[in-house]
Amino acid sequence: MSGVTIRDLGKAFPKEDGTTTQALAGVNLEIGDEEFVCLVGPSGCGKTTLLRIIAGLETTTTGGVTVDGRAVTGPDPKRGMVFQEYSLFPWRRVIDNVAFGLEMKGVAKEERRRTADYYLELVGLSQFRDAYPFELSGGMRQRVAIARALANDPDVLLMDEPFGALDAQTRNRMQKELLSLWEQTKKTIVFVTHSVDEAVYLSDRIVVLSPRPGSIREIITIPWSRPRDRTSAEFAEVRRRVLRMIDETENTQ
Amino acid sequence: MNRQTQKRLLGIAALVVAAVIWQIVAEYVVGRSFILPSVTDVAGAFANLLGSGTLLADIAVSLEHFGIGLLAAFFLGVPIGILMGWFRVADFLLDPIIEILRPIPPLAWIPFAIIWFGLTTQAAGFVIFAGAFFPILTATYSGFRDVPKVFVEAGKVLGCDTSFELIRYVALPAAIPAIASGIRIAMGVGWMCLVAAEMFGVSRYGLGYELWHNYYLHQMPNVVVYMLILGFAGLIIDRIFRNYVDGQLLRWRAGEVA
Repeated sequence: MSGVTIRDLGKAFPKEDGTTTQALAGVNLEIGDEEFVCLVGPSGCGKTTLLRIIAGLETTTTGGVTVDGRAVTGPDPKRGMVFQEYSLFPWRRVIDNVAFGLEMKGVAKEERRRTADYYLELVGLSQFRDAYPFELSGGMRQRVAIARALANDPDVLLMDEPFGALDAQTRNRMQKELLSLWEQTKKTIVFVTHSVDEAVYLSDRIVVLSPRPGSIREIITIPWSRPRDRTSAEFAEVRRRVLRMIDETENTQ
Repeated sequence: MNRQTQKRLLGIAALVVAAVIWQIVAEYVVGRSFILPSVTDVAGAFANLLGSGTLLADIAVSLEHFGIGLLAAFFLGVPIGILMGWFRVADFLLDPIIEILRPIPPLAWIPFAIIWFGLTTQAAGFVIFAGAFFPILTATYSGFRDVPKVFVEAGKVLGCDTSFELIRYVALPAAIPAIASGIRIAMGVGWMCLVAAEMFGVSRYGLGYELWHNYYLHQMPNVVVYMLILGFAGLIIDRIFRNYVDGQLLRWRAGEVA
């Protein structure tokens, strides 16, 4: 069981002039085991900050995060992260990128390569195992980055707009593949996105944040089975509702 | 004829023309080998020097001086650059000292090189070190400062939990191209310091030493020979290093290295 519990979370960033910017305030959220949750909201609502706090890359000002009952105090391979920017190490071959986390754990070369091969297979890139990242397309790089995070067998997979830099077609294909990975690996996924369409297509629940200070405006449960039909009327209806919500929070500032 | 052969042929043609002009000017305009030795004077001097058999010893001794200086610069410059690039406190502490020492011309260290090391191989090595150290240090420093933040964060979430691990597995590999080009600049500067480092008689051999020695003997054709050898040797060292680095880095870095 690998739920994420966020309690009374607040985050303030110090500014040059000695005052602070309140990025997040009073965030409470329970994310269940094996759940797929998307965080959406207008720019500057703190959704990436929230994700980075769960990852342990930022500290909290008030409140805290527990994963699987244990408090988050810093980065940990148990919480895998996929970044928006291309984060593969360019000096390592694909296979050694995927095996990086296992290497840090001290797993022997043979065994970590075997595990890495398994995850490369899972994302369908076995034939690129000996390539360098610069030889891969953007979509392939992100698939390797996902394999690299999964190879650590994390409790939670955190994804910060991982498909934001991809073209629309690649993006749709990556979403499909991510869902099939999620069904195979049964990870809890927290996914930050700008795209409401993407959120409605992927999530069990969509968490809509309002900006400055970021707090939870509403949580929308999407009960439909997958794969979902983007062109259906009900899909469009939910998308419209979420978009309107984001618009409102932006305009009431 | 393709571009490549065209380039080569034109290059050779220009060299031949330059040599002919040099010969004519030396022989018919200047007319004194002491002021401007002609091509044939230099070629003859080169043949004599080849026969005398000290050329190899000269090259070996010069490479020894050069090697001492560069190795010392590498083994001090890289670690200090890493410390300053990674730890803010080390940067704040060392930066003022470095900034005061750095603008001192390497050759200004020659008096103290002699006083500290005497007329020894180490003294020549020290002068070359003084020229090569700072390029390596600053390149390592900026290579570390420019490591993309996302690589460091990826390293952290993937299980690097000490500074040592982050440096060893993330920052250092990311900074290698910067460090390599720093070394390349350092080798150029170090080679330039060589002639001055050997000027004050630290050894009986050495390309720089011979250059000065033949000057005192007024053997100007020999001086030109050593000038040319210094130039060629510098070029070859640079090429070897560059090919090595490109061979190592090109595999993951398509294009822009050193």
